[in-house]
Amino acid sequence: MSAQRWEPEGVTTERNATRVGPGPGQNATEAATGPEQASAPEPLVRVEDLSVGFPAADGGAATSGPGAGAATVRAVDGLSFTLEPGAALGIVGESGSGKSTVAFALLDLHRGTGAQASGVVRVAGRDVLTADDAALRRIRGGVAAMVFQDPLSSLDPYLAIGDQIAEVYRVHHRGASRRAARARAVEVLDRVGIPDAARRSRSRPHEFSGGMRQRALIAMALSCEPRLLIADEPTTALDVTVQAQILALLAELRAETGMGLLLVTHDLGVAASSVDDLLVMRAGRAVERGPVNAVLSAPREPYTRALLAAVPRVEQACGDRAPVPVPAPAESRREAGTTAETAPEPATEAAPGGEPKAAASDAAGRGLAGPAPTTAAAAYREASGAAEPELLLEVAGLRREFGGRRARTVAVDDVSLTLRAGETLGVVGESGSGKTTLGRMIVRLLEPSGGSLRYRGREIGGLRERQLRPFRSELQMVFQDPVASLNPRRSIGESIADPLRAAGRLTGPEIVARVRGLLERVGLDPDWYHRYPHEFSGGQRQRVGIARALAPEPRLIVCDEPVSALDVTTQAQIVRLLGDLQRELGLALIFIAHDLAVVRQVSDRVAVMRGGRIVEEGETDAVYDDPQHPYTRSLLAAVPLLAGAERPVEAVATERVEAVV
Amino acid sequence: MIPYLLRRVAGAVLVLFVLSIVVYAMFYAVPGDPAKLACGPRCNPEQLAQVRDQLRLDDPLPVRYWHFLQGLFVGQDFSTGTSVLHCDAPCFGLSYQNDQQVTELISQRLPVTASLALGAMVLWLILGVGTGLLSALRRGGITERVLTWFTLAGTATPVFIIGLLLLMVFCAQLRWLPFPSYVPLTENPEQWAWNMLLPWTALALIESAKYARLTRSSLLETLADDHIRTFRAYGVSERAIVGRHALRGALPPVIALTALDLGSLFGSAMLTETLFGLPGLGQLLVHSVRTIDLPVVVAVVLVTGAAVVIANIVADLLYAATDRRVTLT
Repeated sequence: MSAQRWEPEGVTTERNATRVGPGPGQNATEAATGPEQASAPEPLVRVEDLSVGFPAADGGAATSGPGAGAATVRAVDGLSFTLEPGAALGIVGESGSGKSTVAFALLDLHRGTGAQASGVVRVAGRDVLTADDAALRRIRGGVAAMVFQDPLSSLDPYLAIGDQIAEVYRVHHRGASRRAARARAVEVLDRVGIPDAARRSRSRPHEFSGGMRQRALIAMALSCEPRLLIADEPTTALDVTVQAQILALLAELRAETGMGLLLVTHDLGVAASSVDDLLVMRAGRAVERGPVNAVLSAPREPYTRALLAAVPRVEQACGDRAPVPVPAPAESRREAGTTAETAPEPATEAAPGGEPKAAASDAAGRGLAGPAPTTAAAAYREASGAAEPELLLEVAGLRREFGGRRARTVAVDDVSLTLRAGETLGVVGESGSGKTTLGRMIVRLLEPSGGSLRYRGREIGGLRERQLRPFRSELQMVFQDPVASLNPRRSIGESIADPLRAAGRLTGPEIVARVRGLLERVGLDPDWYHRYPHEFSGGQRQRVGIARALAPEPRLIVCDEPVSALDVTTQAQIVRLLGDLQRELGLALIFIAHDLAVVRQVSDRVAVMRGGRIVEEGETDAVYDDPQHPYTRSLLAAVPLLAGAERPVEAVATERVEAVV
Repeated sequence: MIPYLLRRVAGAVLVLFVLSIVVYAMFYAVPGDPAKLACGPRCNPEQLAQVRDQLRLDDPLPVRYWHFLQGLFVGQDFSTGTSVLHCDAPCFGLSYQNDQQVTELISQRLPVTASLALGAMVLWLILGVGTGLLSALRRGGITERVLTWFTLAGTATPVFIIGLLLLMVFCAQLRWLPFPSYVPLTENPEQWAWNMLLPWTALALIESAKYARLTRSSLLETLADDHIRTFRAYGVSERAIVGRHALRGALPPVIALTALDLGSLFGSAMLTETLFGLPGLGQLLVHSVRTIDLPVVVAVVLVTGAAVVIANIVADLLYAATDRRVTLT
């Protein structure tokens, strides 16, 4: 089996042939898609043969080869589905699969953006795509309301939250006075669990926490009493415990108001606990659909199986599952618009060049499936034959404060840990727990305010920049956002060469040769030296970031959320690459992540951080299977589980108000 | 808030202090003899020596600067040969040219330039921000292209061309407006406005181009923000979105640029002032530089500097007022 490549052009003619039709054993929600059902009571949402095309970027024709002449990129391609009143449908897929584009099409948010939507979209009996502007405005919010992914940027930073909700309310209740609208805003804020709603309604978004902001957005949706709530990745920007609360709130409101829910998410776990039916999308089309339990427990399509297999599971120790031999759909799709035309098959799937190296062939052979390699430290210990690998890092009582005098906050407080060569220490915690600050101090991008930081027996905590220089090449960092952490105006080869040039030991040609070797090592084509970051997919960019960290031959790499911006399948590949490199080079890794499942996959030992302190530390399996600290237990309980019927969401619903404050 | 203001004011005073030292040092080193210029072409060496003595030109630089500071804070006495002239506390000295008190000169000229600059600012903000708003809303349409063309033409045309054109058309040909001559606001507000209208327009036409472009790009950027999408998704009308949500986010760069332009206009409006016959600070500065009239130069530079600094403090306060996330520390 080989990965199917998605071609943006040439599909229109055969759209009907390739559309996933209702099959045997599927539930009734999509049986109504056929035109013969039109006389039946109107479903809440009926989408028929929806296609959305975006104008292709101008640069595309220059960089891509054959078939690049297409004027539009089709993000959604002949999609049909229905949603009954009060039901909940989840649309899942990887980034670029078109799932958000579908959500936006339900309110025709594409209008005026240059995107072309065709087909039929009916929401509560109203035809959205053909509605005039005034009618469409009444549908937006009044009939179907949307909750967006990033609650901070989705609220007006200049205005009080209550005023924003009141404004939206008055759009749909023309007669309402300012006071009545303001009172309604307080009422819905109170309903979604904002404590002291009357007072907090006068706050601006930046004065709210992430969870409260998302509650405020939900309150805005609620204020207009819509019949459908469209939630586009509503919890992606939130910590697991907050995520569980928001999902519980959504379930509660749905039960109370009887509104339908369309949940768009990349997280299968989130979907599993919140919706009745699931629609798996890939490259703008429905791959599989059905009741959520059926799809997740017995997926029929290889793509769904691959997607499920790539999800790291917090409840299973690594190595428990056998690799599932399915093709990797991961990165080929997103590249179609940029480089894939001329590039060899994406390097994440096939080994580039003529001499496949271990990692590349490994990736090609096993695809994305299967969990990450088992603890590399054990392997390294065996390989090196040493009884006890060298102690690289000793941290004791480390502390870091920000701000002066009254505004002082302690980001890291009395943290102690050790790390040996070849070992991986996972650091988990919610946002604001100080894990990134800790990581930056360890590679000395930040100076500790107190405590001791010893690297190979030498105190480096208080060293000045000049004295630190010899250590710089040994301590490296891989950053979270592979887009933002690469200079868009420098080719990837130059970016990787920078640390080598800074070290100043190699000549120009030697540097180029080494960079080419590194590119190959991380599974990229060495000939891509002169390409620029925007030509690569997220996973490939993270590979570049890893190559850059590897360039100066470090002994310790701090990976700060290296996979949190990536799709599950890509995530699995990157995690595997890190493991391979560690085994091969004997690297010590500090793996910082908020995703408990990923950390479990990669770490020998794990440290749980909260409020700047390490609340629990130990062998990975011990911590996960038998957590001692109540905070660790609540973190683990909040993770949405994929399998089975249990819905952990409801368990934490009662903690709602407490955690909001 | 109050500590912030105090700190900013202290900083402003320091800036002005340094500015005065720099100007003093520069003019000390500059070639040419102010005494000769003050004394006139038919001046014998004896008279020249007398003038030099009167103007204390032979004192070393620190001493002269000390006298300047003295004048500024406690006042100063000047002998004009026969009589002694007392100059009260904020005293910038006497003009080398005609023994007029500099403080008096400034207080005559400042209102003229202030009227010109502030009035022009109001006009260019209305024109510029309005044009920017329109072209952001009608982007891609014919309106936008015409407006873009206009603003480009405005930026590209020097003030003396626009000014001359305006004078020719409205004063000479159509006779709708009088040839401008300054009438103080306190004397006759109506005449003041009529007379200032052309100079304001000339300056505003040139400046508004910049503001139109800035407003347009800033607004387009804000309109692409996520929170704008939220309000679109809730059926808020486009006009409310722009007026209530987008414009506020687009204003900070406009405020910052206004502060810079307004401040610098105080010292650089010379062309406009000359063209429209307005006895303002710009004219005074050019004249005093040519005659090496040090007290006048220092005073004008300090007043201009103060205008720049004050405008920027006001801009920062406005900035914090439009965006509540900004805390002044």
